[in-house]
Amino acid sequence: MEKIKIEHVSKVFGKHIPQALELVKQQKSKTDILKETGATVGVYDASFTVNEGEIFVIMGLSGSGKSTLIRLLNRLIEPTSGNIYIDGENISTMGKESLRTVRRNKMSMVFQNFGLFPHRTLLQNTEYGLEVRGVPKEERQAKAEQALENAGLLAYKDQYPNQLSGGMQQRVGLARALANDPEILLMDEAFSALDPLIRKEMQDELLDLQQTLKKTILFITHDLNEALRIGDRIAIMKDGSIIQIGTGEEILTNPANDYVKTFVEDVDRSKVLTAENVMVRPVSVNVDLDGPKVALKRMRQEAVSLLMAVDKNRHLKGYITADDALAAAKQQEQTVHSIVQSEVLTVPPDMLIQDILGMIYNSPTPIAVVKDERLLGVLIRGVVIQALSTSDEEAEVHE
Amino acid sequence: MNNFLDNIPKIPLAPWVESAMDWLTSNFSAFFNSIQQFGKLLMNQVTDLLISIPAILLIVLVVILAFFITGKKFGLAAFSLIGLLFIYNQGLWTNLMETTTLVIFSSIISIIIGIPLGILMSKSTIAESIIKPILDFMQTMPGFVYLIPAVAFFGIGIVPGVFASVIFALPPTVRMTNLGIRQVPKELVEAADSYGSTARQKLFKVEIPLAKSTIMAGINQTVMLSLSMVVIASMIGAPGLGREVLTALQRTQVGNGFVAGLGLVIFAIIIDRLTQSFNKKKTL
Repeated sequence: MEKIKIEHVSKVFGKHIPQALELVKQQKSKTDILKETGATVGVYDASFTVNEGEIFVIMGLSGSGKSTLIRLLNRLIEPTSGNIYIDGENISTMGKESLRTVRRNKMSMVFQNFGLFPHRTLLQNTEYGLEVRGVPKEERQAKAEQALENAGLLAYKDQYPNQLSGGMQQRVGLARALANDPEILLMDEAFSALDPLIRKEMQDELLDLQQTLKKTILFITHDLNEALRIGDRIAIMKDGSIIQIGTGEEILTNPANDYVKTFVEDVDRSKVLTAENVMVRPVSVNVDLDGPKVALKRMRQEAVSLLMAVDKNRHLKGYITADDALAAAKQQEQTVHSIVQSEVLTVPPDMLIQDILGMIYNSPTPIAVVKDERLLGVLIRGVVIQALSTSDEEAEVHE
Repeated sequence: MNNFLDNIPKIPLAPWVESAMDWLTSNFSAFFNSIQQFGKLLMNQVTDLLISIPAILLIVLVVILAFFITGKKFGLAAFSLIGLLFIYNQGLWTNLMETTTLVIFSSIISIIIGIPLGILMSKSTIAESIIKPILDFMQTMPGFVYLIPAVAFFGIGIVPGVFASVIFALPPTVRMTNLGIRQVPKELVEAADSYGSTARQKLFKVEIPLAKSTIMAGINQTVMLSLSMVVIASMIGAPGLGREVLTALQRTQVGNGFVAGLGLVIFAIIIDRLTQSFNKKKTL
């Protein structure tokens, strides 16, 4: 289900906006437009959709227009052209009153510097959205207290924001947004002002929250690692344009251009790629059907000295080696049951490579990737190392 | 060259202003008269009320207020006690009460006009570009000049005094209200907007509370300016400490002039510190 849809949205700041827009339509570059009209293009022909329950990350360096883009969604900044739909409703043409209703009920925003009101206590801050909506005092306080409780900050409810650390303040910022029970969360560099440890903690908390809340989240960041960590899909922005949209994996393995590539090079892939991303198709033998001779034949065909053993439901049973299969074949055994070695290391498909590296160096046999006991693939040392290296040439040298 | 300049006839600005004033006074005399009558009645009553309170009771009240509002410090309280007793001792108590009335009225009127005007200015760039030069004009024009229309409209007495004081004392409140609201951090304004606040909700729940200390600084300035108008306004018959100073000036009585002037200084310091402490307490 698509929740947010943005079609050819542009934002031009400054004078001569109509001329600048005309040039945008002619697909002139940002610098040309600035030269010809003196207008600055903040967002340039952006189009994308965000699905319900998705965390969509917009990533870009400062000046790339990402903060402008997120503000176009709730029209804190008015779009110059293009259409923005939320649940099929066109936000960009909406009247003041209906826009206010959308802001009150559909989406809440979390700010980079928290945006907490310094003259209000945490409770008063948290209930702000409900207050402007006209929710009766007792009800809104109960809801705000619940939101603070979930954030683990109920004890501080009568404190003022400046009495709290940055991490705690942003928890309040998030609690304030959630107290409103919006369908969409707009998070503008929400964790960028926090120090790295707290930031990671907050990312984890957001992901945990998302498990239960299933909000549609639009998250802005300048940190690719953060984008890869929390984003279901990522849009990369440069100079007001969206350069590439895709999953983290897609962007890492298939950068759209050199700009994205240079970005991606700095990423620690072991923290991004999972077992599923780097596993290879397992060469296996069915213990219920195949005998040692079949196993040997398959080893010859695939040029391997080891087969994974599965049953007819593809449940992992273990592995058999070439030596054992040869011995069994000589003794005219009909099945491979007796030679299956069951001590195999297994990992779930969503395990990060960085957590597998230690295992893979110490394990003599391939590691099986297993989900619900079913064998999905195997991790082979060489392939994993290749996936971790950043450029293709390097990988070839290793082979 | 000189000749050429002399050939331009004098622009009759002064007669124009004069005829405009004449037009105003003749067409609105009933209006100005009723304000004059009503204002005089009201202010005299307030003065009478202040005078009817026993001086010692009022002094004690001010001292207690000073003590608590400065965070239970003795400095201002002690100063108020000694200062007010001194004024009473010099036989200037009635004058002080008259001055108090003048300051209270001109400050309140300035605030009532000034804050909404400042809010309007902060919300509209057009309003700002119109009001700003007017404020500059009001502040740079010598205070004496305001006495002339004040007399023309309201005759002599306390009402024209308040009128002149308001014109003279209004600008800081307007300016600081505008500044305070414009200085509210952008992110907080965005936060208020993003949660769907109406303009009114944003103003009263976010902007004014956050601009409060700046607005209070403006009000403090307004109060001080209206106090500084007291002496000047006495020239058109406004009563109070200022009149004592003026009388002393006219009769070259250095001693009396000094005492009345000192009384004004004491009064000024007390209300300045009081309004400032009030501000600090509020912003905590």
